[in-house]
Amino acid sequence: MSSLASKPLGPDPLGANPAGRDLSALGRPKSAAARRIRERIIVGSLALAACFSILVTTTIIVVLARETWGFFQFPDVTLAEFFGSIEWNPLLGAEKHFGIWPLVSGTLLITVIAASFALPIGLIAAVYLSEYASPRTRATLKPALEILAGVPTVVYGFFALTLITPILQKISPAFGSYNAMSAGLATGVMILPIVCSLSEDALRSVPRGLRDGALALGGTKFDVSVKVVVPAALSGIVAAFLLAISRAIGETMIVALAAGGVAQITANPAAEVQTMTAYMVQIFLGDAPATGVEYKSSYAVAATLFVITFGLTMLGQYILRRFREEYD
Amino acid sequence: MSTVQTSNDMSIEPKPIIPTAAAGHATHGHHVTQQVGQPGAPAAVSTETAITVRGFSSWYGSFQALKSLDLDIPTRQVTAFIGPSGCGKSTFLRWINRMNDTIPSARAEGTLDLHGEDLLSRSLDVVDLRRRVGMVFQKPNPFPKSIYDNVAFGPRLHKHYTRAELDQLVEQSLRSASIWNEVKDRLHASALGLSGGQQQRLCIARAIAVGPEMLLMDEPCSALDPKSTLAIEELIETLADRYTIVIVTHNMQQAARVSDQTAFFFEGRLIEAGTTESIWNKPKNKQTEDYITGRFG
Amino acid sequence: MATVRSTASRVLANRAFLLACLLATSIAMAVLAVLLVSIIWQGWDGLSWKFISGLASRKAKDAGIMVPLLGSIWVCAICALIALPLGVGTAIYLEEFAKRSRFTRIVQTNILNLAGVPSIVYGILGLTAFARMFGAFGTNMDDATTFGNEESLFFLRFPFGSSVIAGGLTLMLVVLPVVIIATQESLRAIPRGLRDGSYALGATRWQTVWGITLPAAIPGIMTGAILAMSRAIGESAPLLVLGGALLVYNAPENLMSDFAVLPLQIYNWAGRPQEEFHRIAASAIIIQLGVLLLFNGVAVFIRQKLQKPLQ
Repeated sequence: MSSLASKPLGPDPLGANPAGRDLSALGRPKSAAARRIRERIIVGSLALAACFSILVTTTIIVVLARETWGFFQFPDVTLAEFFGSIEWNPLLGAEKHFGIWPLVSGTLLITVIAASFALPIGLIAAVYLSEYASPRTRATLKPALEILAGVPTVVYGFFALTLITPILQKISPAFGSYNAMSAGLATGVMILPIVCSLSEDALRSVPRGLRDGALALGGTKFDVSVKVVVPAALSGIVAAFLLAISRAIGETMIVALAAGGVAQITANPAAEVQTMTAYMVQIFLGDAPATGVEYKSSYAVAATLFVITFGLTMLGQYILRRFREEYD
Repeated sequence: MSTVQTSNDMSIEPKPIIPTAAAGHATHGHHVTQQVGQPGAPAAVSTETAITVRGFSSWYGSFQALKSLDLDIPTRQVTAFIGPSGCGKSTFLRWINRMNDTIPSARAEGTLDLHGEDLLSRSLDVVDLRRRVGMVFQKPNPFPKSIYDNVAFGPRLHKHYTRAELDQLVEQSLRSASIWNEVKDRLHASALGLSGGQQQRLCIARAIAVGPEMLLMDEPCSALDPKSTLAIEELIETLADRYTIVIVTHNMQQAARVSDQTAFFFEGRLIEAGTTESIWNKPKNKQTEDYITGRFG
Repeated sequence: MATVRSTASRVLANRAFLLACLLATSIAMAVLAVLLVSIIWQGWDGLSWKFISGLASRKAKDAGIMVPLLGSIWVCAICALIALPLGVGTAIYLEEFAKRSRFTRIVQTNILNLAGVPSIVYGILGLTAFARMFGAFGTNMDDATTFGNEESLFFLRFPFGSSVIAGGLTLMLVVLPVVIIATQESLRAIPRGLRDGSYALGATRWQTVWGITLPAAIPGIMTGAILAMSRAIGESAPLLVLGGALLVYNAPENLMSDFAVLPLQIYNWAGRPQEEFHRIAASAIIIQLGVLLLFNGVAVFIRQKLQKPLQ
């Protein structure tokens, strides 16, 4: 079929109306070809921009993989020891050990403390905000939550160091100046706004009809909230939890300030621990040469961290996709 | 194959069962009354065909929405598509200006020609097609811009205009849409400040401004109150001199009031088409008759 | 026969739960209030114009935050200049142009993953890619390839080293997913009818985006951008890894200058054992929070005033 751009088609559509004829005489036509070329260039540039995000992920993976591989090339380092040994002391001169578990344990302890504090309180507060609070309360608290979610983490680290630790030390002399409990609680406070805000979003998105139905059956507000709304919003809530946990795992500044630098496997909250992130800070700020085994060990730890958080994000997305109730 | 064309075989004194709207509006459906009682009089309207449809079918993914339609839509007449919800009339309308291209799973087969030009062809300049075939939507959708910029948006896409030319074009379009007097003092106010009926007339002005030959209207009054509906129906009558108009409507009385030709759709098929007068008085198909008399739909 | 639950016990459960709700919310608010109060209590006295405009010093009482403040501004400006066009462009492509395909799904999932990556990993990436440039220009900073004059703004030195531009680029990595997601949401909120109206007039996809969709989405995009920048200004971990911006005494002069940022200055002071450093850390935190409030305030203002209803 011939292109419409090249020949006028059909009878003069506005010929019957003189006013119409005048209108179509106005203006000078724009080039369709120029428009097409311009469009193609613009869309191409935008697509290129979109590819940048893939480039970022690829680069992260390549860099981490390459340096980790370099790490495992060192004679003292084996995969078996990385996953099997429970000692991590790469900086101890003669005898180096590279078992990952002490660092993972440190991260885990902090995260468990943080989650134990933030998840229950955050969820219940979210239920309050979503189901019980007056619109005015919600209008004040929700923006406050969003602001809190943006507070720099170094502030929470300061909080841990200067307020929580002294209080803990007053409670019991078992707490040293660096301890897991302090960092864990501060991390919990840090992720609390995230848990609360995202859970509240999930609860709000449950349609009103479900609540009305439950009330009409004679349910109390408690019945409605806990037995109907929360289960309906569960996928969103779980995704919120996973996101918060992921943030806690990746947190650096709080643990660098308050948790300490001793890598050990322990469940004692009063003990000093070192997390994966704190170790990375220690190495990168230190004098270890870039080609040395200590330096490269940091990349191996980073790779582990990346895999863990990546896994959590994928899990969260899977849960959202698979279990989200579509109400429209 | 049903063909929509002016017919000369009028029976004497048919009793039109076309209900009129409010009393005192004698100009409704004026094309029909011109022919009634004047057998053999030359038709005041052109018999040229704007849109030719043969064996046209369309799908959304695997669901077939339209089944082998055959239809002729004449130039500079008002053709109404009627039928119950979901019968495919809006879908078909949207094929005429290829708006279904925005739906990835939509595809079509068959013949759909505008003055002989194949509208389903891959090499068709869809942008130019949409300039020549305008559309007004069910829910008025003015842009969040000034009234002036709403009307000027379309023309500016296709041509360069001086300020004076644009002013003239905007005024002319607003006049043609019977809304000039209401907005001439606030052309640069936001279009969102207008009432629903005014917004819809603005959308009509916007569509006219690019100089189309054809206007497609997808239930243009269904979101409006009766007074605005009336205003738009009157507007359609004045526009029918200059433009080929196809209007989808679920309001049968409206179809009877404004249209010259009517096509009845049901479940993706074209059941019957003909002059509005003949469809109402002598429907050939029982389904048509049932729908018109309100037995279903 | 099932036992009937007494209404009284159910009412009790209801009331107990309400109490639990209020308790939880109060705990949450109390903890955060304590945080705020303790910081203000420690740092309020140290606040003064001299503190804000002062330069670095070994002594706590003479120390000021002008250097890290300026450094923060430089780094965030560079970050914004790159992250915003890149992020908005990506979002526009994904929302308005790309057809739903496996590729777009992968890109979308990828962006969500990037949003969850710990910021320290971005620091490592920035270190390798921007500061060291993968070793492509050698590892010795004294042998670096340079272009231009050290006096001018656009002095370039490859590899970038721990310079302001490397810091800005690293922060861009952190903030990019946030900008993309926020922009996508703003675009999604524009009703379909507006786009249809534009297409029906014969507009192309880009003409519709540029003329109708993007202008309508600007308030949402601006809000998202401001919140993203608010996050950038508080980021410390990636910059710490990047160049240990802890011992810098001058504000940046060109793109290759070393830099300090406010959150890292806070980290520096907070980590010292002396009490007076803790006090000025608290003062610096108050400034940092003040900036945060400012950014959020502007974002909320934009949301209220400029978000005209589109129906």
